[in-house]
Amino acid sequence: MINNLHYFFEDAVAQKVLLGVAVIGFIAGIVGVFSFLRKKTLVADAISHAVLPGVCVGFIFAGTKDPVVLMIAAVVVGWLSVWMIDMIVRTTKLTEDAAIAIISTFFFAIGSVLLSYISKSENAEQTGLKNFLFGNAATMTELDVNVFVIVSLVILFVVVLFFKQFKLFCFDEAFSKVIGLKVKSIEFLLSTLTVLTVAIGIQAVGVVLMSALLIAPASAARYWTNKLSLMLVIAGLFGLFSGVSGVVISTFKDGMPTGPWIVTVLFLFTILTLLFAPKKGWYSIKRLNNFNKFKIMEENLLKVFFQYLENGKEELKVIEILEKRPVETNDLEKVLARLIKKGFLLKKGLKYQLTINGNVEAMRIVRSHRLWELYLTKRMKFKDDHIHGSAETIEHLITPEIELELLKELDFPKEDPHNKAIPYDDRDK
Amino acid sequence: MMIGINDILNLVTVLAIAWSCSLLGAFLVLRKVVMVGDAISHSVLPGIAIAYVFSQSFDSYFILLGAAVFGVFTTVIIDFFHKKLKLQEDASIGITFTWLFALGVIIISLFTEKNTDLDQDCVLFGDLGISFLDKIIVGGLFYGTRSMWMIFPIFILILGFIIKGWKGLQLISFDVEYAKSKGVNVSFWHYSFMLLVSVTTVMSFESVGAILVVGLLSIPPATAFLISEKLNKLLVLSCVFSTLACVLGILGSINFDVTMSSSIVVVSGILFVIVWLTKYVFSNLKTKAA
Repeated sequence: MINNLHYFFEDAVAQKVLLGVAVIGFIAGIVGVFSFLRKKTLVADAISHAVLPGVCVGFIFAGTKDPVVLMIAAVVVGWLSVWMIDMIVRTTKLTEDAAIAIISTFFFAIGSVLLSYISKSENAEQTGLKNFLFGNAATMTELDVNVFVIVSLVILFVVVLFFKQFKLFCFDEAFSKVIGLKVKSIEFLLSTLTVLTVAIGIQAVGVVLMSALLIAPASAARYWTNKLSLMLVIAGLFGLFSGVSGVVISTFKDGMPTGPWIVTVLFLFTILTLLFAPKKGWYSIKRLNNFNKFKIMEENLLKVFFQYLENGKEELKVIEILEKRPVETNDLEKVLARLIKKGFLLKKGLKYQLTINGNVEAMRIVRSHRLWELYLTKRMKFKDDHIHGSAETIEHLITPEIELELLKELDFPKEDPHNKAIPYDDRDK
Repeated sequence: MMIGINDILNLVTVLAIAWSCSLLGAFLVLRKVVMVGDAISHSVLPGIAIAYVFSQSFDSYFILLGAAVFGVFTTVIIDFFHKKLKLQEDASIGITFTWLFALGVIIISLFTEKNTDLDQDCVLFGDLGISFLDKIIVGGLFYGTRSMWMIFPIFILILGFIIKGWKGLQLISFDVEYAKSKGVNVSFWHYSFMLLVSVTTVMSFESVGAILVVGLLSIPPATAFLISEKLNKLLVLSCVFSTLACVLGILGSINFDVTMSSSIVVVSGILFVIVWLTKYVFSNLKTKAA
């Protein structure tokens, strides 16, 4: 392994490959963000299949593997595929997924027919055309890499130049049309960027895996940020990192493919992000849900204690709590323990009692509930048998600021619509 | 042009594959899950690879098992990404099948010798000619080719599945919510369907490859869909189109000496474009006349 790393620092060819893959990963990450936001990532799959016949046509015309000619042909045919998908969706009742499957296999089949036609010709240059099919980063030439770098710089320039328009278009197509953006041109430009990216990326990872390079970085980046500019940077860096590590991993054993390792790194990173990203990851959301669930249960239990207290009963047995609010005993034990830990409850033998702090908190919740009920009947003209459900939900969400607003609005009322006293904390006065 | 007995055998086998695919594909088109079918036909590769590493041959039931497992696994992962992790659907599909395909390639490169019969080429394009012509001859009597014996039972299975489950399939194809309210077990039909797709892919991959499977799953049913949206007509028409594509495609491949599977897909693509344009022109004329 250490020998391998040496090889990357010393060998000029290896450095070229690494540079090429890094550039491809970076630019694919950035361009993929736009396809992702428009929910059109699978179109990239169709494009990468369509690039194969493009490359073959280019080769048949030029007779050499000149990367510039091949790329121009690939872009033209790739564009044709995007246009055809669009036309199918617009003029027939077929959905986009069917259109994508049709066009990608149709074009790919044309490509492989052309490929078998070329392989029967005498042209010695044809060897290596298959690299477009399965991708082979190791065979990238210096000329290839130079072309990649130039194309990537152009793409980057276009993205920076039209950043505002792209942003508007991706998030709200209808709005951007209304304020007079040339939606058609922007769409054309974005598709062209995707086609260009696929055309350079396909040499590193091949037809089947190319779409992963566009989709995965954007998917992961979306879970880290809501800001488009930041998302572009994250997706780009993530693509770059995966590209480079894929190349490094594939050198550990002879004959190991580069593209699949790049995709595997991408996949692992994406799934880890989806699971554990702060705020939007699966785990964070689950924890937040859990937190809210317990908060609501705690507040509901405090309410139960307060309601008993209103009837003059201070100490409660578990069975009495369950009478008012049937919850699973398992949950109940947990919630009681949490309330004791917070200092809201006291345990006396088999019975539980509110502490002073607990009483204040319980009053706050009941107050919120009753204030809201009053607000609904007084200001919103609700019937008083329609208000309890809404108040039952909103009581957990009312902040002290909202509570104060309600109090002012209702002029510090004494009773709720059901003629129950609205409890005030004496220490406030 | 000479058409030999081998070409006839090819045609019969390919037709069985084509009909299996177009019957399944018709439902995929109606249910708007064509790309899931596309994904499955790529992502059975690791299943095939693992089974091959274990058994060192294509003959075993391991391959079938491995592919079936990975076929269903694909749908499960896509659903997991989409429903549990809240990733948008297109991205879920794209990430899943590319990774599984990549995994397959990695397994092949790690565990098989350099010159095995199993590589990406073989999965994408199939390896015609060789396995196709493996004849089964018992006691001097010709019982067909090995491929035929693999694909025919699947075809009959699919046919039986469709006839037996006609009502349920019809309901879930047109209105999932209504089907649910009628008590149809939607996920059972969904998963058994995807299982059939993956088994079909596997049975065909050796002879015709994933490209033909995806092509036949999507193109003939879509062509038929342009003409009729009635389920029974759709099924018949997509079989008609796939038959046309196979006959013309095989003739084309003999004439121009190109791969059979690609040639069939190209022909079915051309048929699609013809029907599409014809329909487009006609509907334009109609609106103009009106």
